Amino acid sequence: MPKLPVRGGDRKPARVRPYSLTGGRTRFGHVLLVETFVTSTAALEAPEERKELPNGSLATRVMPEMQAIVELCRRMRTVAEIAALLKMPLGVVRVLLSDLADQGKIRVYGTGTGHGPGRPDRALLERVLGGLRRL
Amino acid sequence: MDSVVSDVSRVSGFPGPEPEEELKAWQTDRTRAPVATKIVVAGGFGVGKTTLVTAVSEITPLQTEALMTEASEETDDLTATPGKNTTTVAMDFGRITLDDDLVLYLFGTPGQQRFWFMWDDLVRGAIGAVVLADTRRLSDCFPALDYFESCGLPYVVAVNHFDGSERFQAEDVREALTVPPHIPVMIMDARRRISAIETLLALVGHALEVSPE
Repeated sequence: MPKLPVRGGDRKPARVRPYSLTGGRTRFGHVLLVETFVTSTAALEAPEERKELPNGSLATRVMPEMQAIVELCRRMRTVAEIAALLKMPLGVVRVLLSDLADQGKIRVYGTGTGHGPGRPDRALLERVLGGLRRL
Repeated sequence: MDSVVSDVSRVSGFPGPEPEEELKAWQTDRTRAPVATKIVVAGGFGVGKTTLVTAVSEITPLQTEALMTEASEETDDLTATPGKNTTTVAMDFGRITLDDDLVLYLFGTPGQQRFWFMWDDLVRGAIGAVVLADTRRLSDCFPALDYFESCGLPYVVAVNHFDGSERFQAEDVREALTVPPHIPVMIMDARRRISAIETLLALVGHALEVSPE
């Protein structure tokens, strides 16, 4: 039987950066975690088919990436999903979402855990446990 | 679980083709968002993170990329690193709708020391982490263990058993990893949905045990 290497045997434990809580917050205090839900605020009664982009001045002023995010957000989306579908780095998507939220074009939902970005509470853990058992 | 078949928004142009999938009711209800929670799946390259996520996810796992500055091998002090390189790190994620208003996301992320800042962001609000280990390259999971221990995130160790590799007992692996007795260490098969679900159950159960009353 080969021997397994032992952690801490011949090396120092990895040095860990201090936990940082500075990132991912928009100007108005929205928290944009990877799993945070966002939707566009465009009229809910609007038909689902894509509207033609206006010709001329408006179209040229709106960044295509911002427009693409608003389009995607006709449906409930997470930050990570938007980054994946638009093939854009997470950090870039956060910045654009932050701007869109500040402009009122998208709505950022809380994660629903009730305690901000902290650990999920016991009630939520119980629900997740129950949900996994039913799979 | 309620779901409706997709008949909407074949978005043309920029966003690119989105895989047609069965839409869940919560995806089209913009009046309220479900509770979103997440589990991190960490471990060395090729240990089976994506396999595990794929085994339990209701969607084809999506890949996001994060641009980051790459530190040199020996240091994590970016400010002191001359000639930093920018690198792209891929992260896979899958999704499980657990209830009408409860969605669990699984994020598989590279467990390399130089990607720590990605973890800082990922672990915020997470239930905990599954540290995947391969006994042929056990040391690949050391950085992940060090990291989760230092930030206090609940974790379990899941030894992904590969065909043809030596079979070790969970207790042998626990000893080698110097993992305390109250933390679950399990031998599993990341390709099997049941095995992957059992691993997630072990993690959530453990997170509940260590959560303050």
